[in-house]
Amino acid sequence: MSDKHTLSVLVENKPGVLARVAQLFSRRGFNIDSLAVGETEHPEVSRITIVVNADSSPLEQVTKQLNKLVNVLKIVELEPATSVHRELLLVKVRADRPTRTQILETVNLFRARVVDVAPDTLTIEATGTADKLDALLRDLEPYGIKEMVQSGLVAIGRGSRSISGPALRAAA
Amino acid sequence: MTKPTPDIIAHRGAAPDRQAATGRAIPAPAQPAAASPRVPADRPVRAKALVNEPMTGASALVRSLEALDVDVVFGIPGGAILPAYDPLFDSAVRHILVRHEQGAGHAASGYAHATGRVGVCMATSGPGATNLVTPIADAYMDSIGIVAITGQVSRSAIGTDAFQEADIAGITVPITKHNYLVQTGEELPRILAEAFHLASSGRPGPVLVDIPKDVLQGQTSFSWPPTLDLPGYRPTLHPHGKQIREAARMMVGARRPVLYVGGGVLRAGAAQALRTLAELTGIPVVTTLMARGAFPDSHRQHLGMPGMHGTVPAVYSLQRADLIVALGARFDDRVTGHLPSFAPNAAVVHADIDPAEIGKNRTADVPIVGDARFVIDELIAAVTAEHTAGRQADLEEWWRTLDELSGRYPLGWEEPTDGTLAPQHVIKRIGEIAGPDTVYVAGVGQHQMWASQFISYENPATWINSGGLGTMGFAVPAAMGAKVGRPDSTVWAIDGDGCFQMTNQELATCALENIPLKVAVINNGNLGMVRQWQTLFYNERYSNTDLGTHKHRVPDFVKLAEALGCIGLRCESKDDVDKTIEAAMAIDDAPVVVDFVVGKDAMVWPMVAAGTSNDEIMFARGVRPAFDEDDL
Repeated sequence: MSDKHTLSVLVENKPGVLARVAQLFSRRGFNIDSLAVGETEHPEVSRITIVVNADSSPLEQVTKQLNKLVNVLKIVELEPATSVHRELLLVKVRADRPTRTQILETVNLFRARVVDVAPDTLTIEATGTADKLDALLRDLEPYGIKEMVQSGLVAIGRGSRSISGPALRAAA
Repeated sequence: MTKPTPDIIAHRGAAPDRQAATGRAIPAPAQPAAASPRVPADRPVRAKALVNEPMTGASALVRSLEALDVDVVFGIPGGAILPAYDPLFDSAVRHILVRHEQGAGHAASGYAHATGRVGVCMATSGPGATNLVTPIADAYMDSIGIVAITGQVSRSAIGTDAFQEADIAGITVPITKHNYLVQTGEELPRILAEAFHLASSGRPGPVLVDIPKDVLQGQTSFSWPPTLDLPGYRPTLHPHGKQIREAARMMVGARRPVLYVGGGVLRAGAAQALRTLAELTGIPVVTTLMARGAFPDSHRQHLGMPGMHGTVPAVYSLQRADLIVALGARFDDRVTGHLPSFAPNAAVVHADIDPAEIGKNRTADVPIVGDARFVIDELIAAVTAEHTAGRQADLEEWWRTLDELSGRYPLGWEEPTDGTLAPQHVIKRIGEIAGPDTVYVAGVGQHQMWASQFISYENPATWINSGGLGTMGFAVPAAMGAKVGRPDSTVWAIDGDGCFQMTNQELATCALENIPLKVAVINNGNLGMVRQWQTLFYNERYSNTDLGTHKHRVPDFVKLAEALGCIGLRCESKDDVDKTIEAAMAIDDAPVVVDFVVGKDAMVWPMVAAGTSNDEIMFARGVRPAFDEDDL
C-alpha cells in the first residue's frame, strides 16, 4: 500500500546529517512530501520529521538504512491516530475595505490570527493539520492569495511517553 | 618520547580463538553490544597516556596512526596532504609510495582482506581523493574495513572551487560506512579512533577522514587515548536466543537444508565454528564468491559456489531446498538469479550483522541479527540440545541426490581443439603447485570465475577478489597489499590481460618496495567475459572486445614487466605450464609476471544467464542438467 508515513528521526546535531538522511530517500526514488528540522530539549540532538509517500516494505528498507547512519540515534513512525500532527501556514490575502470583515470572520472560524496588516492585504497565521489548512486556503482563495508559505509537518506522540528520553539515555 | 600505543581499538582485538587455520588474525571482534562507546577500561594500556601535548595537526595525525598500531599506509603526497608527510617521514609507520591513488585504495583493501586488520590509504585533495572513489566503493560493497585519509584545501578556501578542491566527504557519503570532514586539530585523535573503530566493527566498511590543510599545519594539543563519541552506533553482536532456538528446530526438522555461507563468516572469523556446525548437522554447505575459503573445498559436505557461475549441485541444492540457512550472506542477484523463482520451496533463516540486509531481497522466516561467530556458536549449542532431545534431521535421501549430481556434473572444461592453451588448466595448475597456503587475488572477469572454481581453497583469507563492485584492475594492487600484510605467504595475483592493463603500474611500487608478489596474466587477448556474452547473447558480434594483446602483442607483457622492474616470463603451451609456474615459484626476491597466452574461446561454465531463473542453469553450452526427472 502506497501511503503517507510520518517518521520522526532523532539525529546528532552535526553538520551534514540532514544531507545524509535526505540522500537515502532520494537514492530509493522517494519524494519527501514534507521536512521539518529543529533542536530538541537536548541541544546536541536534532529532530527531523519526514513525511514520505511510499509503500511500507521499501519504506521499512529505507528505515533500516537510516538506522545504519552513524549520526542517527532513533527512528519512530508516528501514526496519525496516536500522535498530534501540525503544520504552520502564513498567507498574505488581498483585503480591501468591503472584504476585510468577511476575511476576519473566516480567520476567527479557523482560530487563525492576523499577524500583519497593510492597506490592501492581511497576513494570516494558522496552525493545524494539513486538512484544516487546506480548508482555510479554500475559503481564502476567492479573495486572492498573493503569497503563502507553509512549514514542514511536525508531530509528537500522544500520552506521557517521550521518544527522545530513552534514545538519549542510551547515548549518554 | 615513547610511542603511545594503548590498545584501545577493536581492530587490534583479535582474541586467540579468532586465529584462522593459517595462524593469521582474522577480522577482529567488534565491541560487545552492551559496551559503552567509550574506550574499554579492561584493555591493556601499553604506553602512558598523553595529555595536552602541544604539536601540529599533522603530528597529531601521525601520532594517532602510531597509537592505533598502524604499520603501513599506502599513499601519494600532494599539496593539501603535504604537511602530514613531514612527520610521517620520521615515523615508524611505513609509507608505501604507490603510483596511482586507486592502487593505494585497493592495496589497503588487500591488506585488510589478508590480515583482518584495518587497511589505510592516504591521498591529497581533489584528484587524489577522487581517485580513491573506486576502491572506496569496492570496499563498501565487499564490507572491507579500510580508512582513507585525504588532504583538503584550507578551511577558508572550502567551497570556493579552490585549486584541487573536491567535496570528497560529500562524494563518498553513499559509498562509505561513515566519513568526516575534520574541523579542528583537537578532534583529530578522536575522529581517527572512531574511524578505525567504525571500519573494523559491526559490518566492516570504508571510512574516510578529510583533513583541511590548515588543520594539519596549525598548532593543537594532542591527548591520547581519546573518548569515542558514537551514540548512534551500536551494532548488535549477540543474536536473540528465541530466534536461534527456532532456527535450530528448523535445522533438525528439515529434509533438504542448505547452509548458504557468505563473506560475513570470514569477516567474523567464524570458519572453524562453521565447520563444527556443518559437521554436527550434516547439512550441505555452499560458499559464495566472497566466502571461498570459509569452508574447505576438500570437505565432502561442500557443494561449491552457488550463483551465476556456481556448481550444478550448489545451485540445485538452493533451488530445491526446503530450508536455507544464510550466514553472513546477502542474497545477491548473482546468487539468486531471477529472484521470484529463487528457491521457491525454501524457508529462510537469515543471520547477518546488518539488520538492513535481512529481508532486503528475500523474506526471512527467521531473521537473526548478530555477528556470525556468536550466531554459529549459539546455533551449535541449540542444535546440540535438539540432538540431545532426540531430534535429528534425516538427510540420507538429500545427500543421495546431491552426491549423484556432484558425480554427474563436476566442474570441468573441454580441452581446446585448436591447439591453444586452456586458461582453466593454467589456473588449476597454479592452485595445485602453489598449494592451499598461498593467497590468491583475482581481478574481475573470466579468470576470476575460473580462479574461484579451479583453485581449491582450504583456509580463510586465501581468496581475495572484488565481488560486489566487480572492479577490473583490483588484482595487482590488492595482491600488493596482501603481500605487505602477509610477507611470509606466497601471493599469486590471477589477472586478465584487460584488468592487468588498468593497474599494472603498481608493479613499479612492488619492485622498489620489495614486495615480491607473482602475477599470472591469463592473456586471451580479449575482454574475455564480455566476449563470452557477445558469443552467447549478441550473435558473436565482437564489438570492442579484442585488446590486440594477441594479434599485435601490444603491450608485450614480458617487456612491460621488465620495464617495471619485475621478472617477466611467458608460457604458450601446455607442456610449459608446470615448469613456468615452478620457475615463478622459485623467485622470491622480485615480483614476477607470467604472460600465459591462452585461447580466446574458452568460456565460464556452468552459467545462469543474467535475469533468468537458477533452474535454467547451463552446464555447458547447450547442455542443461536434467533436474526435471528428479522426483524432488
